[in-house]
Amino acid sequence: MTRLSPFNVVSLTLGFVFLYVPMLILIIYSFNESKLVTVWAGFSTKWYGELLSNDAFLDAAWVTLRVAVISSTIATVLGTMAAYVLVRGGRFFGRTLFSGMIYAPLVMPEVITGLSLLLLFIGIGLDRGVLTIVLAHTTFSMCFVSVVVSSRLMTFDRSLEEAALDLGASAFDAFRLVTLPIIAPAVISGWLLAFTLSLDDLVIASFTSGPSATTLPMKIWSSVRLGVSPEINALSTILIGLVTVGVIAASLGSKQAALRAKRDEQTAARTA
Amino acid sequence: MAETVFAPWDDPNETPLIRFRNVTKRFGDFTAIDDLTLDIFEREFFALLGPSGCGKTTMMRMLAGFENPTDGSIELAGQDIAGVPPNKRAVNMMFQSYALFPHLSIWDNIAFGLRRESSDKAAISARVEEMLKLTRLEKFARRKPHQISGGQRQRVALARSLAKAPKLLLLDEPLGALDAKLREATQFELMDIQEKTGTTFVIVTHDQEEAMTVASRIAVMDEGRVMQVATPDRIYEAPESVYVADFIGDVNILAGTVKATGDHTYALGVENGTVTAMSERPFSDGQTAHLAIRPEKVAIHTTAPEGTDNLLQGKVLDIAYLGNLSTYHVELPGGQIIKAQTANTRRLSRRDITWEDTVWISWTKTAGVLLDQ
Repeated sequence: MTRLSPFNVVSLTLGFVFLYVPMLILIIYSFNESKLVTVWAGFSTKWYGELLSNDAFLDAAWVTLRVAVISSTIATVLGTMAAYVLVRGGRFFGRTLFSGMIYAPLVMPEVITGLSLLLLFIGIGLDRGVLTIVLAHTTFSMCFVSVVVSSRLMTFDRSLEEAALDLGASAFDAFRLVTLPIIAPAVISGWLLAFTLSLDDLVIASFTSGPSATTLPMKIWSSVRLGVSPEINALSTILIGLVTVGVIAASLGSKQAALRAKRDEQTAARTA
Repeated sequence: MAETVFAPWDDPNETPLIRFRNVTKRFGDFTAIDDLTLDIFEREFFALLGPSGCGKTTMMRMLAGFENPTDGSIELAGQDIAGVPPNKRAVNMMFQSYALFPHLSIWDNIAFGLRRESSDKAAISARVEEMLKLTRLEKFARRKPHQISGGQRQRVALARSLAKAPKLLLLDEPLGALDAKLREATQFELMDIQEKTGTTFVIVTHDQEEAMTVASRIAVMDEGRVMQVATPDRIYEAPESVYVADFIGDVNILAGTVKATGDHTYALGVENGTVTAMSERPFSDGQTAHLAIRPEKVAIHTTAPEGTDNLLQGKVLDIAYLGNLSTYHVELPGGQIIKAQTANTRRLSRRDITWEDTVWISWTKTAGVLLDQ
């Protein structure tokens, strides 16, 4: 282990204080007895109880969860397909353009993505609700999945697919029986990433939701405008917990993918 | 009891298993295979030998179905296979990287191809067991590819590609990943398995020793063209061009102009005098020719010997002691270096030739091959 110099200790501490103190305060105050957010009056879990009996929040949570699961699943399927074609499709016409375009939504301001989707939904006369949020989330999280999966596919030894074809597998079987199981960790971490993004999103959901569907971040946002209640703190703490679990799972997944990639390489290594 | 020599290529009644007919393959502007015509016969162990980029891998990939010829046709057992996808060909390939499926056990790897065409569990199981036995892998059937050694992986790859009993097995640098000792053992194992299964093998390699060891015939390739196709001994002893002579093993090349001096006998005027060589290939007087002569056919002496066909004097520049052999690099007065090789047949002999010594080198008139290009 390297001993950190005093300077490094200070910078590390400062950085992490900066990052985590706000969240820590939020978590601490979620266990506050008092109704006043800024005054500590002893430990209590009553706001969590209140939260569970608040139908509006529970509805919003349910909407958010459904949107996240459905949109991340669709995004994973579409993103994987796109990644496969872009990495494996050879040099078809316009490939460079498509590769660039798949990354564009990553840097596109959310406001613009949200607005353009809103205009589209109005234009085609689609009633805004859960469906439109799902569509919107699929749209923006798909490119994240595609990036994760295509980076895995680039290090994928193509001769594995050729071997499958050579042994009589159809192109679809080669993908299903060889490619997919090997890139599965990347696909899963792509899904988790899409799920987390969907769970977090406020801007795009605000643009694309209708009166019938409110997601949790939207609900929190609108409640806070009327004043922060400890209930919101409790809810935020739960969300932080969920996101943390998601991020850890995703990073473990991609770590495993990296390990797996290394192992494949060793399997295929020229020297034993 | 004399065995009949396996030489279907000399029998005009034999039909080849594979026929390349005027095959050309271009990738954009680059011509990988240039108007190539070649026959490969059943049960042959055929080696494609050449430096990297000579088109040998492209030829193999065309046989496997991963590439299609730009021009010409490839026939397998009388049928044009252009356009037939790899999964519909009775051809299997052993990949250079082995391409074992890392998520499947050895057993499932070998069964992979069988499962694609049949659902008869008992038959698949019997065939896998047979393959495991052939390649001595019974103990490793349940392991994953990353849990076995390189040599074992090589055998899994072989077992997997042989499992479907293909008409033709393609081996892409199959032993490249193995160390020297294991490679030698595996070469003989490959030959043994080839003989047992009676499958036609086409091997791609850049290792001439490997090609010489395993192959019934070798095609030496350069820049998309086949320079010569012959048995290993013909390739070595009777190369048809300087390129082939130079590519296979070590060789001395003496260039000069020829003059006929008798029946199939020519005098070659070289820098340091005249050397005599026999040649079946006819040459006209004044033609430029190259005499290719292997180092082991050049003798080295401290005093000028009597009655040799060819004798030149020079100075020892370098000595490469290889244990079993010693190679002397002898510099002729004009600066050309001739390699002479002697076998160290005795353990305790005085090696009386050392650096800077003036020596004589000699060879017979049949020792070298006279080449026009």
